[in-house]
Amino acid sequence: MAAPVLRWSCPARRWILANIDRGPRHGRGSPTGSRSSGKRGQSSVAQQPLATAQKPRKGEHQWAAVVGLEIHAQISSNSKLFSGSQVHFAAPPNSLVSFFDASLPGTLPVLNRRCVEAAVMTGLALNCHINKKSLFDRKHYFYADLPAGYQITQQRLPIAVKGSLAYSVFVGKNRNQVINKTVRIKQIQLEQDSGKSLHDDLRSQTLIDLNRAGVGLLEVVLEPDMSCGEEAATAVRELQLILQALGTSQANMADYEIQRQIEELENGGEILNETRSFDCKLGCTVPMRDKEGKQDYRFIPEPNLPPLLLYDSASLPAGADPQQVINIDQLREQLPELPRVTREKLVQQYGMLPEHSFTLLNEVGLLEFFQNVMKETRAEPKRVTSWVLNTFLGFLKQQNLAVSESPVTPSALAELLNLLDQKTISSAAAKKVFEELWRSGGKTPAQIVSEKRLELMQDQEALEELCQATMEKHPQVVMDLKKGNPRAINKLIGLVRKATLNRADPTVIKEMLERQLSS
Amino acid sequence: MLGRTLREVSVALKQGQITPTELCQECLSLIKKTKFLNAYITVSEEVALKQAEESEERYKKGYVPPYNATVVQKLLDQGALLMGKTNLDEFAMGALGSDTGGSTRNPAALCGVVGLKPTYGLVSRHGLIPLVNSMDVPGILTRCVDDAATVLGVLAGHDCKDSTTVQDPVKSFILPSLTDVSKLCIGIPKEYLVPELSSEVQSLWSKAAKLFESEGAKVIEVSLPHTSYSIVCYHVLCTSEVASNMARFDGLEYGHRCDINVSTEAMYAATRREGFNDVVRGRILSGNFFLLKENYENYFIKAQKVRRLIANDFVNVFNSGVDVLLTPTTLSEAVPYVEFIKEDNRTRSAQGDIFTQAVNMAGLPAVSVPMALSNQGLPIGLQFIGRAFCDQQLLTVAKWFEKQVQFPIIQLQEIMGDCSSVFENDLASVSLKQ
Repeated sequence: MAAPVLRWSCPARRWILANIDRGPRHGRGSPTGSRSSGKRGQSSVAQQPLATAQKPRKGEHQWAAVVGLEIHAQISSNSKLFSGSQVHFAAPPNSLVSFFDASLPGTLPVLNRRCVEAAVMTGLALNCHINKKSLFDRKHYFYADLPAGYQITQQRLPIAVKGSLAYSVFVGKNRNQVINKTVRIKQIQLEQDSGKSLHDDLRSQTLIDLNRAGVGLLEVVLEPDMSCGEEAATAVRELQLILQALGTSQANMADYEIQRQIEELENGGEILNETRSFDCKLGCTVPMRDKEGKQDYRFIPEPNLPPLLLYDSASLPAGADPQQVINIDQLREQLPELPRVTREKLVQQYGMLPEHSFTLLNEVGLLEFFQNVMKETRAEPKRVTSWVLNTFLGFLKQQNLAVSESPVTPSALAELLNLLDQKTISSAAAKKVFEELWRSGGKTPAQIVSEKRLELMQDQEALEELCQATMEKHPQVVMDLKKGNPRAINKLIGLVRKATLNRADPTVIKEMLERQLSS
Repeated sequence: MLGRTLREVSVALKQGQITPTELCQECLSLIKKTKFLNAYITVSEEVALKQAEESEERYKKGYVPPYNATVVQKLLDQGALLMGKTNLDEFAMGALGSDTGGSTRNPAALCGVVGLKPTYGLVSRHGLIPLVNSMDVPGILTRCVDDAATVLGVLAGHDCKDSTTVQDPVKSFILPSLTDVSKLCIGIPKEYLVPELSSEVQSLWSKAAKLFESEGAKVIEVSLPHTSYSIVCYHVLCTSEVASNMARFDGLEYGHRCDINVSTEAMYAATRREGFNDVVRGRILSGNFFLLKENYENYFIKAQKVRRLIANDFVNVFNSGVDVLLTPTTLSEAVPYVEFIKEDNRTRSAQGDIFTQAVNMAGLPAVSVPMALSNQGLPIGLQFIGRAFCDQQLLTVAKWFEKQVQFPIIQLQEIMGDCSSVFENDLASVSLKQ
């Protein structure tokens, strides 16, 4: 698989469930009570405070689930976190490995500035406190894809802490009621990715590709503020959009894993505390190495890296070489527009419903498509929104295509919507044209309309005559109509339409017939 | 030619009195003649001759060649006897080692050469196989202090490949020839007067102190109160870092790999058992013990705190007006092999490093300068310790001292003809291989 995979590491997936009394849960503040402490550096899962009205009897508890997550996102950078080798995907195995990546003795880590900037920007976008001093540590374990026998990470003092991620879930019958939620970010840390192991069971061997070894990762730790798989999935989706908007990570995820977990959770199953990875051949996730158990990582400060010092405009030393320092305030000013703001603008500018703004952003490339159509059409935003989100997106999903693979260009759709807007064609005709556009890319809507003779009749007199003629031909129907049969009018409309070869708007026909009848 | 200083040789090369190849041949010839000393593990004859050839080409073109830092392939710490793989650049100037707890200075003292440990952060560690990253420094071994200064001037400076090197620019320097030491203040740490110190070394140490005094310098007794903790502190920190640094030797990417195919873990375990000797395995196991979650606070963190105290001892002493400290380098002259192997490595290290490793923990510069021959005819050196980044001042003092004591530097090529048979007989019964 060419795209980078957002690897899951979610040690808190074990459901540590809390006692609650029956009845509505009280508002969630910060969780009190004991924290089950996991290993150093990994998020732990909190217990909900007890709210008792009566003493619960054994076996009569209701359980509330809590989910915390650790997410690893590969940083978009030209070179690795501590070495100069390139970061590319789908390169030949072991072709992007420097001496340092292969852990040759005597090589030393040199911190990549771009990775630090990515971490700071992500921290700022997530409302974190950026630690002006952060430290690097070694986390030791033996594994074939970890050449040095340790990973350089930030366990003691990470680069950013105590942030928040806002996300929205849609509930209700039509899933159009928005509930805004927040999950706290415990910390963001910089660390190295490991290489890749490919297990060849046939020959009982494992092949190691170190291209990925040493690539920079952002580990984002979310506190256990989410209460179900769906919330977790939504929160992660929002994080993904933020990272993509920042450009700090491509964050292409294996959606499979989210789906799998949601299904399992909704089926009441238990998720093992493990790390899973996506196996593209099998098409599902498989367990990776067992990270639980008696693992003592023997953390030690990384002696080859001095503390990472960041500055803001106030603390920047005079005469400092801009190449050597990072100014947090400067990065803050350069932050691009975040998804939440983009969506708000869409709602305000186009009057669209909030849930539509979410859909537009959730689909890769869809927002750009929408905006390109808007540029070239006079049609109402509501109509464009409807066509893009219903018709266009519907066709994409049906054929499992990405926006970038669409046979219909924004220009083509814009032209079509213009024809509709000018009442050159009817809605029904427009749908037909769209189908044809999809099927045979290359023709313009105008061409298709004329080929299929889908133009609406513009000649009102001719239409009047047709109505008249039809009524004369079908006196029985007219009689039924006069008797008060509600279905008769539709039959008449249908007959007229047929006579016009479907080139007349039913509403217009109805209007005409009614007028003629009453006169 | 081989008895001259680096600067003299450099001039001779430039003036064409001798070609790089000829010089290289002379060195190789001497190496061959002294083969029984086993000073060289590997002699890279072809590489050296090729580099000499390239050097000659460059001379013809008339530009000054840049220094090519050669990577030190391996350094084995054999304790009292130096067994080193010396690495020569194209001018056959100087030799590089590494100093983590004294492993450049100790052998230097025992062999009668100058051994310099620069300030931590002054010289790049890129390419130096790490033992203890927070203490390792490339060490410089030369025949005289001037040469050490020359080499340091060439090696020192920021390396973008080593994030622990300081950013400030470093100029190469020529050591002044000090004539007046009356403004100097020499400190004698009283805690370094230990019972195990041999009487010969002690008397030479005294003599040196008196020498400075008689020439007008201020010589005072100072205290480094945490000295007694430094061996243990060093042991904890050293083994911890060693355990970490050795984790990469799994046989997968390079180096020895055993034949076991049952599982990755089995292969790792067997490879590492085969590839590491007892000493290294012992250090790894100790280090991992200290780094366990339940021990980290009590051992590693504690040792770091003690390290801070030891470093502060030096800071306090230097802040009180002392310029340079004068101490022994080793407890005694070189111990014969038969005696040496009676103690295990840990005891030997503990004994051997007693004067030298506090310096590594504090990151300070220190140099061992040969002073005199013992009654047995073996060299004894003394150590000077300077302030951080005041390597030039340190070497200036060392140079003055060197001039004063006039240590009889061995002139191998001169005596080769006469005494080679004597040497061979004496050493024939001792196997210097482990």
